[in-house]
Amino acid sequence: MTAVTANGTKAAPGGWRRNYTSYAQPLVFAIVGLLIPTLVTNISTLEDRWMPLTTMVLCAIFVLFTLGLNIVVGYAGLLDLGYVAFFLFGAYTAAWLMSDFFFQIDPGIHLFDGTVTDKTPGINISFWLVLPIAALVAALAGIIIGAPTLRLKSDYLALVTLGFGEILPQVFRNGESVKGFNLSNGTKGISPINSLDMGWLSWTGVVASKVNVFDYTTRYYIIYALCVMFVLVSLRLRDGKLGRAWLAIREDELAASLMGVPLMRTKLWAYGVGAAAGGIGGAFYAVSLGGVNVDTFNFQFSVNVLCMVILGGMANVYGCILGAVILTWVNYTGMTEVGNAINNTFGTSIEMPHYQFMLFGSVLVLMMLFRRDGILPAARSKHSRELDEAIEARATGDETAEATA
Amino acid sequence: MSSTTQAVGARGREWNATNITGTALLVLAGAWVLWNFIDAPAQTLQVSILGLCNGALYALIALGYTLVYGIIELINFAHGDLFMLGSIFAAVMIADVFGQETSNPAGWVAFAVTFPLAMLFCGTINVTVDQLAYRRLRTAPKLAPLITAVGVSFIFQNIGILWNGSAPKSRNSVLPPGGPHFGSIFIPWTYLMTFALTIPLLMLLRYIVQHTRSGKAMRATAQDPDASRLMGINTNRTIAFTFALGGAMAGAAAIMYVQTNGTTRYDAGFQLGLIAFTAAVLGGVGNLTGAVLGGLLIGLIQGLNDGAPHGFGQEWSQSVVFTILIMLMVFRPAGILGSQTTEKV
Repeated sequence: MTAVTANGTKAAPGGWRRNYTSYAQPLVFAIVGLLIPTLVTNISTLEDRWMPLTTMVLCAIFVLFTLGLNIVVGYAGLLDLGYVAFFLFGAYTAAWLMSDFFFQIDPGIHLFDGTVTDKTPGINISFWLVLPIAALVAALAGIIIGAPTLRLKSDYLALVTLGFGEILPQVFRNGESVKGFNLSNGTKGISPINSLDMGWLSWTGVVASKVNVFDYTTRYYIIYALCVMFVLVSLRLRDGKLGRAWLAIREDELAASLMGVPLMRTKLWAYGVGAAAGGIGGAFYAVSLGGVNVDTFNFQFSVNVLCMVILGGMANVYGCILGAVILTWVNYTGMTEVGNAINNTFGTSIEMPHYQFMLFGSVLVLMMLFRRDGILPAARSKHSRELDEAIEARATGDETAEATA
Repeated sequence: MSSTTQAVGARGREWNATNITGTALLVLAGAWVLWNFIDAPAQTLQVSILGLCNGALYALIALGYTLVYGIIELINFAHGDLFMLGSIFAAVMIADVFGQETSNPAGWVAFAVTFPLAMLFCGTINVTVDQLAYRRLRTAPKLAPLITAVGVSFIFQNIGILWNGSAPKSRNSVLPPGGPHFGSIFIPWTYLMTFALTIPLLMLLRYIVQHTRSGKAMRATAQDPDASRLMGINTNRTIAFTFALGGAMAGAAAIMYVQTNGTTRYDAGFQLGLIAFTAAVLGGVGNLTGAVLGGLLIGLIQGLNDGAPHGFGQEWSQSVVFTILIMLMVFRPAGILGSQTTEKV
């Protein structure tokens, strides 16, 4: 009950009649995001070393993943440790639909794709059509995984999703010969994948009709646009009926169902939407890299994305963005560069990347112990937690004091 | 443990779609085992024995999960990695500290000394982590300690990398090589040793939980921590004791793992931990006998899958175990020995 009133009172001042300060966060994120690539070309040497465009593209991809997982974990409170499954489905969908991998199909299927000649075999569909397909495939996978398992309680759900996250990569790893049919090319992966088709924008003269291998600026702006889109989706969903149902389930499942929230359908929606973001991110990742390799899809990925959600602030979109950018940067550039800087300055030879697990583990433990709401806590969850704790403290009195002492 | 104590009398089983599908799957699995056995009895028996030996190790690890889950309802994600640290500790103690690489009397002494030390090592680490991290989160929402455990598991893995290197290291067994032959079936001494050490440990654990004062306190705390505290039980110390017991079991499993499998690797704990957890769930999480039974069963299934003539092969080993986990969650969340509850776990 407490959760419902907490949500109810906090929801009122939100909605459309927000005051202007509430636009500060989104504006800062939008402007910084747009300007960073132009900065790089100006102060190139320093920026190229500490924040190269390749890392920035990865940061943006992980922002998308984090936002997707945030819907499942942050909004709906369902711990998903197998998010890698949706990433995998998105990536392989792109690989199947955008390459000559199915060379048996000859002449190939071509749909709006201007990057390869018409004689290429296989399925060659434009990236812009593959995106919604990948989102759909991933969402379907989410619903299929979720349907039998979402009635489980939180920690069991975590394990089942983890199980799926382990089984699926193994299926793709061993899928070299499914009754003689090569489904996934096993450990060799699928590559090359057709490049991004920008033919429909080439009339502007700003972009080439085909994004070449080194053109990270265009890639960055595409994934940036996708992120902006998903931020808007996340925000609108949160304030809508579905979002409020998610928050209600997260706070108290029993109370929510008594208030008439259809538990299964609402949870499945969370899975579907979260998975769709994973699918889109996966498809973009595969196309951006020009190939997929099954070794990319491991448990480490799922935990990384979870860390990003928790570090930034569960249920807060901007917190998630911040968490994703920080940790992706640390992962791909920060660890190595900071290590090099330390080694150069002090003449040591510390292999910083060897401490990556330690760093991620410590982030999880310390955040849980000392700042459970993340760097940028969501106003609503913080408020309701404080309320809950106040009530709990009053009800149980010295008992909690004893337990935390 | 809570499920054993709360066990309700046998209720008539309802026959609905879920139950029928579940039973059908079980019958299919039984038919598959029978098919393997009729086709190649010697090979099937041989791989069953290898599987059961691994199953004994899974049972020891599964006990750690089940003890902790029984008392504070936490899936201790870091438990598998604790086992991994234990295996490195045991290998380093025997090879580097005692300098034993081959099977000789000195090597056996080194093994005998390391065995309790490994148990102590893992037990101490487990208690320390509980007191430093999980203890502060006793009243927090359930997600918080779970995520903390995932974090601790990563820290353990990193320690494993620093200690053992990122590549697997092969370790020599100090137990006698070879073993008796029964017809065409061969049982290595190390496997017999595993059984010979596992069974008394399990009996000891059962004795501690059922017949000692601390065991009584554990069962009481598992049932109702608040009421136990009112009765004068130091619940915090009881929980720490549970962690120590679970850790010690993992330590015993760790040293036997090094002796039977001959490798230490930093990521061993992740896989074995998950398999052991599946075993705990299979037996009904919180149920000690169930965990042992589940461990043996999972080991058997895995052994058959990896080596039997009609198995899927080793590359599918993990998928098979996780499919069992998922099936269990869907069809019989309470496990084989757990009681049916209205709440779907």
